[in-house]
Amino acid sequence: MKIGIIIEREYLTRVKKRSFLLITFLAPIFFAALMFLPALLMTQAEKFDEKKTIAVVDESTMFIGKIDDTDFNTFIYVDYSIDNAKNLVKDGVYDGVLYIPATTLNVPTNAEIYSEKQIPMSVTSHIRSSMKNVVERQKMLASGIDPEIVKASATSINVQTIRMSEKDGEQKSFGEFEFILGLFLALVIYFVIFIFGSQVMRGVIEEKTNRIIEVIVSSVKPFELMMGKIIGIALVGLTQFLLWGVLTLALSGVASAFLPTQDVFSAGSVMNQPIAEMGVQPADTGALTEVFEVINSINFSDILWCFILYFIGGYFLYSAMFAAIGAAVDNETDTQQFVTPISLLLVIPMVSSSVIAAAPDSSFALWMSMIPFTSPVGMMLRIPFGVPIWQVVVSVAILFITFIVFTWLASKVYRTGILMYGKKVSWKEIFKWIKY
Amino acid sequence: MNFLEINNVSKSYGSKKVLNDISIKVPQQSIYGLLGPNGAGKTTLIRILNQITMPDTGQVLLNGHPLTPNDIANIGYLPEERGLYKKMKVGEQAIYLAQLKGMSKKEADKRLRQWFVKFGIASWWDKKVEELSKGMQQKVQFIVTVIHEPKLLIFDEPFSGFDPINVNLLKNEILELRDKGATILFSTHNMSSVEELCDNIMLINKGEKILEGSVYDIKQRFKSHSYDVVYKPFDGSEETKLTVSSTNPNELIREILEKGELVSFNEILPSMNEIFINLVSSSNQ
Repeated sequence: MKIGIIIEREYLTRVKKRSFLLITFLAPIFFAALMFLPALLMTQAEKFDEKKTIAVVDESTMFIGKIDDTDFNTFIYVDYSIDNAKNLVKDGVYDGVLYIPATTLNVPTNAEIYSEKQIPMSVTSHIRSSMKNVVERQKMLASGIDPEIVKASATSINVQTIRMSEKDGEQKSFGEFEFILGLFLALVIYFVIFIFGSQVMRGVIEEKTNRIIEVIVSSVKPFELMMGKIIGIALVGLTQFLLWGVLTLALSGVASAFLPTQDVFSAGSVMNQPIAEMGVQPADTGALTEVFEVINSINFSDILWCFILYFIGGYFLYSAMFAAIGAAVDNETDTQQFVTPISLLLVIPMVSSSVIAAAPDSSFALWMSMIPFTSPVGMMLRIPFGVPIWQVVVSVAILFITFIVFTWLASKVYRTGILMYGKKVSWKEIFKWIKY
Repeated sequence: MNFLEINNVSKSYGSKKVLNDISIKVPQQSIYGLLGPNGAGKTTLIRILNQITMPDTGQVLLNGHPLTPNDIANIGYLPEERGLYKKMKVGEQAIYLAQLKGMSKKEADKRLRQWFVKFGIASWWDKKVEELSKGMQQKVQFIVTVIHEPKLLIFDEPFSGFDPINVNLLKNEILELRDKGATILFSTHNMSSVEELCDNIMLINKGEKILEGSVYDIKQRFKSHSYDVVYKPFDGSEETKLTVSSTNPNELIREILEKGELVSFNEILPSMNEIFINLVSSSNQ
């Protein structure tokens, strides 16, 4: 089959290009950096942050020995007067001084911290919660309540929203995360369709302006050449995705080996620390585990398959149109009048992404994920929220039937256009070619 | 035996008739000139032979049978507007184009290297096309056209962009290909090369055939019965040169022999160029 020879050339010439290699290897570094930079910065910040020593002048004497040292702060209880302590801070002996004035009537509820440098919020909240515990305990004891009973009776109430669906039984729903994931997938599919689709268009224009086209169409049918190009470039795209995936995972693996925090996906453990330090109640730290729960609840392999199906369908549909445009014009500057209206089709679901995500089961969202020109983006926006399988099947079927019809129409325009030079082509002219 | 026969082919684009009832017969192992001004329909006719476009009516017979998609491997086509992928290496590209004509990669590689040596361009194999001059690219294109040893070769303006030395090289190659058995269809505006190479020609204008035949016959048909005569008069004066029209050359020679010693006697035949210009301009009126 000659189409195989064409696919091979289209594939190899692109894969061997320096720019392909560059993008293939740089992008995963970028992805990995995106994943790791926050974690890396945090751990680095800890390393460079020296331990701060804070002197405690406790005139109330209630808190002596009650504020625990943390990883970053040591608390030293001193007998100096507050003014002396302040001078010692100025001399650099201490990084700060915590002053708890004595109170006569009530339990102390005020404290002051003096320092030359800004004291991090995590320190003040640590102090606040430590003092709070001491005072509360004091008050309970004073009222004859056993603090242990109070502790035991503390209950955290967790309200979860659970959506009922026929498919997977009951599932927890988490709006924001799914919206972000959907938006990310939609953006990626939107860009890859345009990036690889316009590569098809440029390839066609290249052959036309090079005038190699006449030699080639005397050897193969224009349809074979067009399909060979489209398939070859699709394979370039899939190769790129595959390499990105593999390299990103590999880089993540390497990077996590160099980081003190053991594995990538527990990057949350890094984030856990400041949260704990801020004295947030244990019940609230559940927010983070919840995020991981969401991540676990999403079926990534289903999403991946959908992504690949919609990439292939959407790419073929749009690149067939792009190939026809490339054949119709004489140079790249003439493509705009045709590319703009076509790209608008894919922009519609993109700009209405928040509407779709706000009500992923609305009829608008349904239409956006069914109409073949918008469905690659429309469905990507909906898919993390869970889409009934029949909708995916119908939508993919419509998409693939449309791309077959459009490839056929495009090949008619292509066949006429590639051998036509020096003619300003209009939409009217293109429809005439379809009728030939 | 006619290797290529075109029978009553017509083609229209919209309301414009590009070819009107064109028929030609090209004998095996001959060079056939396809002549005509720009826009006469030559390229359309060639595209029909290459099955790039289909005729509205009429039939093309190759070696006695109607054209089939398999005949692509039997045809080599050098278009007038030709080019190569600029970023691709010369050798790789030549192999690719040969593969599209149905050759295996190995066979294409072997034969191409022989041709590259023959044309003295072996050192270009790994160069990118964009590094070559236009004339150099044309050489590569010529090789790619003939590499699969097609039985029918179609050359559209093969000499454009070549210097005289390479034109000569190409002419000899074309003649050699014919002698080896190829049938050649040759389209050009260069009338001197038509006279040199073509056995038969057809002249078309505005899609209509206006002249067909062997180069010799056509010249005979359009001759004006004029003769260039040079003789040395008996009275000892200088050699005399004159152009005489006569329908009876024997009588003319006899008259001259009475006046002096005949030095040379040549019939003036019209050049193909003159015939071309006269016919096209009269058919345009």
